[in-house]
Amino acid sequence: MVRLSFSGVDFLALRQGALFWPARRALLVADLHLEKASWYACRGQMLPPYDSIATLADLTALVEETGAREVWCLGDSFHDRAGGERLSDRARAALDMLTSSIDWSWITGNHDAGLAADIGGRVLAEAVVDGLVLRHEAHPGDGRPELSGHFHPRLRLQMRGRNVARRCFVAGETKLILPAFGALTGGLDAGDPAIGRAVGGPARALVPVADRLLSFPLAA
Amino acid sequence: MSADSSEPDLPPAVAGWFAARGWSVRRHQQAMLAAARAGRHALLVAPTGAGKTLAGFLPSIVDLAERPMDRLHTLYVSPLKALAVDVRRNLLDPIEEMGLPVRVETRTGDTPSDRKARQRARPPEMLLTTPESLSLLLSYPDAAGLFATLRTVVIDEVHAFANQKRGDLLALCLSRLQRLAPGMRRVALSATVADPDAYRAWLAPDGDIDAVDLVRGDPGVPARISILLPEDRVPWSGHSGRYAAEQVMAEIETHRTTIVFCNTRALAELIFQDLWKVNLQSLPIGIHHGSLSREARRKVEGAMAAGLLRGLVATASLDLGVDWGDVDLVIQMGAPKGSSRLLQRIGRSNHRLDEPSEAVLVPGNRFEYLEARAALDAVDEGELDPDVFRPGTLDVLAQHIMACACAEPFAANQLYEEVTGAAPYSGLDRETFDRVLHYIESGGYALKAYDRFRRLTLGADGLWRVTHPQFAQQHRLNAGIIVEAPMVEVRFRNGRSLGKVEELFAAALTPGDTFFFAGMALEVERVDATDLVVRATSKSARIPSYMGARLPISTNLADRVRRLLHDHDQWPRFPADVREWLEVQDRRSVLPSPGQLLVETFPREGRHYMVAYSFEGWNAHQSLGMLITRRMETAGLMPLGFVANDYALGTYSLKPVTNPAALFSPDILEDEFVEWVQGSALLKRAFREVAVIGGLVERQQPGKKKSGRQVTFSTDLIYDVLRRYEPDHLLLRAAWADARARMTDVGRLAHLLDTAADRMVHVDLPRISPMAVPVLVLIGRETVAQGLADDALLEEAELLAAEAMRED
Repeated sequence: MVRLSFSGVDFLALRQGALFWPARRALLVADLHLEKASWYACRGQMLPPYDSIATLADLTALVEETGAREVWCLGDSFHDRAGGERLSDRARAALDMLTSSIDWSWITGNHDAGLAADIGGRVLAEAVVDGLVLRHEAHPGDGRPELSGHFHPRLRLQMRGRNVARRCFVAGETKLILPAFGALTGGLDAGDPAIGRAVGGPARALVPVADRLLSFPLAA
Repeated sequence: MSADSSEPDLPPAVAGWFAARGWSVRRHQQAMLAAARAGRHALLVAPTGAGKTLAGFLPSIVDLAERPMDRLHTLYVSPLKALAVDVRRNLLDPIEEMGLPVRVETRTGDTPSDRKARQRARPPEMLLTTPESLSLLLSYPDAAGLFATLRTVVIDEVHAFANQKRGDLLALCLSRLQRLAPGMRRVALSATVADPDAYRAWLAPDGDIDAVDLVRGDPGVPARISILLPEDRVPWSGHSGRYAAEQVMAEIETHRTTIVFCNTRALAELIFQDLWKVNLQSLPIGIHHGSLSREARRKVEGAMAAGLLRGLVATASLDLGVDWGDVDLVIQMGAPKGSSRLLQRIGRSNHRLDEPSEAVLVPGNRFEYLEARAALDAVDEGELDPDVFRPGTLDVLAQHIMACACAEPFAANQLYEEVTGAAPYSGLDRETFDRVLHYIESGGYALKAYDRFRRLTLGADGLWRVTHPQFAQQHRLNAGIIVEAPMVEVRFRNGRSLGKVEELFAAALTPGDTFFFAGMALEVERVDATDLVVRATSKSARIPSYMGARLPISTNLADRVRRLLHDHDQWPRFPADVREWLEVQDRRSVLPSPGQLLVETFPREGRHYMVAYSFEGWNAHQSLGMLITRRMETAGLMPLGFVANDYALGTYSLKPVTNPAALFSPDILEDEFVEWVQGSALLKRAFREVAVIGGLVERQQPGKKKSGRQVTFSTDLIYDVLRRYEPDHLLLRAAWADARARMTDVGRLAHLLDTAADRMVHVDLPRISPMAVPVLVLIGRETVAQGLADDALLEEAELLAAEAMRED
């Protein structure tokens, strides 16, 4: 956990790709894409049916590690709106355990718009929390400080003949984009023009390592 | 052509065709005819240029001349898509000239779909295809009808792929074909190989090797091979022979057509540039390698076939098949790596048996000189490298079972029997077969999550069938054995494509960087997810580092090099500088006997070096380097890095290695090896391939083709999840088998470690030895970070970025 300051608010960035907000004891994650594997399985690609279990286990561990009292999921929490119905018993139990013991909010995204309200926790299109806008996809026209997901940013670089790729945060003046947290979520190059347009203005890719936050300027 | 008194009984059209050319049927062609008349399978082993392809087709031509039939008679399977030139000369022209009403058509991935549909409705008498296209044909419900009349299947260039995954697929297809057409004869054509019986066994149905006749072609005139040594000198280092560009150009000038073989694509580009600089007469020379766009390759192939080129710089992409006619010289840049490979490359030149092929080897350094010498001796003595046949892989089996299911409902017992009739799968146990079947059915997971989404169901009639036609369609779109590394397209701004480079290479480029590709110096304008946009430049280009397979030196050749090192009687044959190099080594250190493993340690400029001359080839040494430096780390020796080539492994550290034997112990394979491979990118790369071949992920969806890049993303993540929750899954097993066999060369590594203790001779020297120089000069050229965690690399990258961006 390393300090990440955004819009005057102190956060802790976790190397698993989540953000902790100490003042509220809130954990923020984006793009869980639960039940992505079973969505593919319906269509003939039998991906390992363990992605929801893996994602929820990682999330549970972070909740325990940080002592979070609130969890905000910034959209695309399920790979599709029917994903909740396909959860295995084991994944369902893990999720119920979380949503029943923590103040849980689902912000919906393009994949899980129309998420059923009986999933546990509250379902919202977006939220404003202590002056910060939380939504799924960054709104270029909105000048308020904003936390979002959607793009799955990932930093790729070559160093000494080796390729390193890591999920990363992308920060601009008033926008902070979280990496995808789901076990089977791929990434988009942090320097991709689509991310640049969403952030608008100079942006940095932020990568938490053991003791500090690495910062890479992204080409405008 | 040689005359023969005992002319076989040929139909008039065929006999007349031979007579009109003043030819007689050659001995091996007669033997192939005899095998056909006796209804026996046959393997023809003959050097290139012996009229092999015609010998393969002749029995079918004769049969069709005698008994015309308007159904599929002969299937010709070649590993190459580009059959046009060769087949025209060997098949279409003769058939036309004999005036036979025989239709010959090709079917590959490039064949338009309307023609494919027509071929299934009204098949030609002879169909020319690839293993992949054959497998697809077998996946259609009408396969049984289509192949029922099949008499013969002819497999060309069998030596090039029988022991690989495409060979596994073809062996399975043969089993199926044999069931559809029980009387079908199997015929395979091979270049000269060390062990023809291994190929007979591969070809034989149900392991019945005696059912396959072995027919040997006449040996050609021995090749004339020489080693090119400008001013009788061999450089200390390098591995490309680039220093000899002028002499190579002189050879091109004095021959009709020359092929210059290089061991990697990157080298081919460099050599092409070097040659172009000294091409004072502006002779037409071209370049050909697997990364170039198909159009570029076809253009060069066309120019070669038309005799328009004087020189062609090429890589292994030319190793196969295509017969270039007028080539009269083959030049091998750098080490030949194996005698079989060298012979096959030499076979590209001079396809007339009565004239010797001519070849020139250009060694890049002193070890490579010894290797070239060794290869020459091996060729003289007719010693070839043995081919290793391993059990068939499970990802290919999965693909085949799915293809069978798409064709028609099947009974598991019967399919198991059919599959084990294919040589690569003869040892497959029923439990593993069932696991593969379960994998096809619903992913093969311990967790029963996908019962609702099954792709196959077992009916009350005891037959397995595909649950939805959509899955059959998906299979046909995704089937295939070749899985490319993620690539990006190199193109000009106007859209013209030059070919593809590995994404890893492209990722390291930024606008303004220059590199050689397609024979040009190119400057990067823009890099994005799928394209590398470039423009031609006159700036000098930096060295390209895009990868491409690197073959290790063969065991036979390595053994010969060891003998040459040790046998002083051989040295007078060597150039003076190589001789001197060995003599000084002998005085200052040790020249190991063939059985010994020499390990030298010495200090230099504050670092401590260890060089082990183990001769197990580049891959094994690379793997060993990773493992040994880990051990050194644990032992507190503070290793800084290592370098590996085909002959030796060199490490450097802050503290000296005093007891190398402790580092080279076989238990390293039990613990550290497993840990290292699992943590490395190797297994992920292997997993990606088996996941695509095995049909876990799609390479292509109806209407949209995924880029290689997208496939990589998801399979890495799938790998992580699977390893965490089901480490014993079938596909992880398959990935492991691949990683062990192909990527780490674990067989040679194990041999080295098992025998190290008994064979090791450790010499502690005050300074570097002559033999260590060609190894250690690699340091600084191949700066591969070792032992550093990704985090450290990221931190270093941040520092560099900060430095570069700093406003002074």
